[in-house]
Amino acid sequence: MNELAIAAFAAETGSHLLSAPPTQRFAAFVRTFDQRAYAARLEERGLRWLPRSDAAFPPLLRSIHDPPPGLFLRGSGEPGTLAAPAVAIVGARACSAYGAHVARVCARELAQAGLVVVSGLARGVDGEAHRGALDVGGTTVAVLGCGIDRDYPASNRELARRIAEAGLIVSEYAPGVEPAPWRFPARNRIVAGLAAAVVVVEAREASGALITADLALEEGRDVFAVPGEITSALSAGCNALLRLGAIPLTSPADVLEHFGLAATARPDVPVTPYAASVLAALREAAATGDELARRTELEAATLAAALTELELAGLVIEAEGVYRAQ
Amino acid sequence: MLARAVTHAVVGLDACRVEVEAHLQGQVPAFAIVGLADRACQEAKERVKSGIKSAECEWPQRRIIVNLAPAGLRKEGSGFDLPIALAILSASRQVPPDQVRAHAALGELALDGRVRPVRGALAVAEGARRSGLDRIVCAAESAAEVELAGVVPVPVRHLAEAVAYLRGEIAAPERHEEREPERPAAAPDLSDVRGQERGRRALEIAAAGGHNLLLAGPPGTGKTMLARRLPGILPPLMRDEIVEVTRIHSVAGLLSARCPLVTTPPFRAPHHSASMAAIVGGGPGPRPGEASLAHRGVLLLDELPEFQRPALEALRQPIEDGAISVARAAGHAIFPARFQLVGTMNLCPCGGRGDAGAECSCSPQRLAAFRDKLSRALIDRFDLVVTVPRARAHELAAPAAEASEAVRERVIAARERLREGSLARTTEASELLDRAVERLPLSTTEASELLDRAVERLPLSGRGRARVARVARTAAALAGADRVLPEHVAEALSYRSPSELRAP
Repeated sequence: MNELAIAAFAAETGSHLLSAPPTQRFAAFVRTFDQRAYAARLEERGLRWLPRSDAAFPPLLRSIHDPPPGLFLRGSGEPGTLAAPAVAIVGARACSAYGAHVARVCARELAQAGLVVVSGLARGVDGEAHRGALDVGGTTVAVLGCGIDRDYPASNRELARRIAEAGLIVSEYAPGVEPAPWRFPARNRIVAGLAAAVVVVEAREASGALITADLALEEGRDVFAVPGEITSALSAGCNALLRLGAIPLTSPADVLEHFGLAATARPDVPVTPYAASVLAALREAAATGDELARRTELEAATLAAALTELELAGLVIEAEGVYRAQ
Repeated sequence: MLARAVTHAVVGLDACRVEVEAHLQGQVPAFAIVGLADRACQEAKERVKSGIKSAECEWPQRRIIVNLAPAGLRKEGSGFDLPIALAILSASRQVPPDQVRAHAALGELALDGRVRPVRGALAVAEGARRSGLDRIVCAAESAAEVELAGVVPVPVRHLAEAVAYLRGEIAAPERHEEREPERPAAAPDLSDVRGQERGRRALEIAAAGGHNLLLAGPPGTGKTMLARRLPGILPPLMRDEIVEVTRIHSVAGLLSARCPLVTTPPFRAPHHSASMAAIVGGGPGPRPGEASLAHRGVLLLDELPEFQRPALEALRQPIEDGAISVARAAGHAIFPARFQLVGTMNLCPCGGRGDAGAECSCSPQRLAAFRDKLSRALIDRFDLVVTVPRARAHELAAPAAEASEAVRERVIAARERLREGSLARTTEASELLDRAVERLPLSTTEASELLDRAVERLPLSGRGRARVARVARTAAALAGADRVLPEHVAEALSYRSPSELRAP
């Protein structure tokens, strides 16, 4: 079967195809389609085609009920990367600082333990997940909902470049396909399909991240959800998943345990006594600078110095004025 | 018959000598003013005529030509009334011409002959001193400014008083201190601010080092409240600074009889609808804008992202150079503008970001547009960036915190140390050039190593590094240290631009 012809035909007709359509138009297209020339053009642009029939095609993705005819690949990673144990981290585009932090830290831990982090290159949680994996020099795979040659959204172009350097960008859509709203749920099935487990960080009701979780459940993959505040619309989707029986994610170690991996032990960084007391306070609960000043009873100047020390040591991060222990 | 009086026209912040020549000729009564006089200046005719009659002098029934020389310079405003009247009286020999020539004159005439103050008296008096005149006949209200320029004022309240003095009938009128010059309304005090430990500390550092400060956070957390308390902890102006600042405020016409001199650092808070010309200065004969009015003081831009982008970008030059050069068809002026910039902003357009009790409803596109409004270059010029979180209810009930007076004492001591001690390199920390920063006594190797490590780990530009070094120096001065130690660098690093203010 000529899978590349199917992908090229889908791109030309603006449709979504899983197998050869029984139409005359397709038959005519196949007769004139020059597979070798098309493949050469792909190669010129640094792109590759991995057909479903190829032995290197990720088995997990092949096993879903509607696998794509093949995947276009961009980046330095080997096709084998896609078959490695992977976790998808997905969530809201307009996430909170807390969501961004959890996505990043989680991706770091998982990538550090050798798992591939899969996500959708969107703003918000997706982008943070990719960044987290890149932070620790891990492997990450971005699945696009548009043609393989596009960077969408444009604001993540630089991120896409870094992902391509260290991992893979994949899409079932041929070069030139424009992003369209209906293509993103289809993209989500590939995100879910590539991963053995899906982590939902922040999701509103009826959001794309929930679609990914539903697809993963249908395929029998594990779904982790990060618990959120019950009053926050941003966490409504996650909390609904938990109610339906998703595994609550309380620490990245929960996911690692599922894969039979141990969390990498963090070496103890020696810190000054002031910094140690600030760190202890932050391990109790995240706090703003002013709350810390009162809790630790340190001078504002001393506290500021201690916070910088902890940030430089990578033990604490700050977002929107709130400090959190890593 | 010809006679002359001398005055000065304000050009930008300088004064240009103007000779007022009055010529009486012929017997057909007429009155004309020539020499590029603007409308207010042309209208002087009626005021001078009424004024002279009210002073019980004689209006010469002759053809009167008044020439304002140099004729090429545009004359604006009503300050020429008094010199024109004196020139006419001198030409008709009602006052001795040599007496008139020995004095400069400045003031507007009321129809009943009273003399009113005009803007720019300090600049005019300085001009008079430069052209060798040591006495100025002026309105009583302008006397304090004239004295500041080192020129003897002859304060008069009525044209008749000026005439009597020039005729030698009375001695120079005494300067009447009607009442003690009123102390400018006290700035709001820091003791009103509950909680906000980090914000207060940043304010203190900003005051001590003259640093630019950006306060970011959700609405209603007290950003503006903190910013408004900065002038209250700044040291009073020194003599040279009083002259500089008073000159600008005088030219802008902002001085009143009650506070004729600016002795405390000015505080300007233009509304965010202000145009670029209103901020940096402009107008046909350029006038100083808000940035110059805040010279040696504080320029507060409340809701920074709401300002027009051109107005904000135009501030980059004065932040670097401490001066603004305004070029217009009618002339070119350089206004000093060495102000301390304080900005406040929300973290997103809806204001929900950074507030645990609210939820941000901004779309990613809207958020990106909001951040794009502030260029990286502008954000980079804030030495201190502090996120002001929402205070919890129990903080508001906390006992009053330290008052401005105590903080100001520390600020004054720190400035002294920055100026005199081993930390000193130039008078103001923010006046340091980047090159000078490289030679800062970043003293201990640990301190510079810490800074180097931070440059590797955190997104710090070259300018960012210099900025951190400057703030660290101020922190060292506040702590009474004679060298910059690692803890000072660490503290300075905690006030760098947080990632939320930058595009992802």
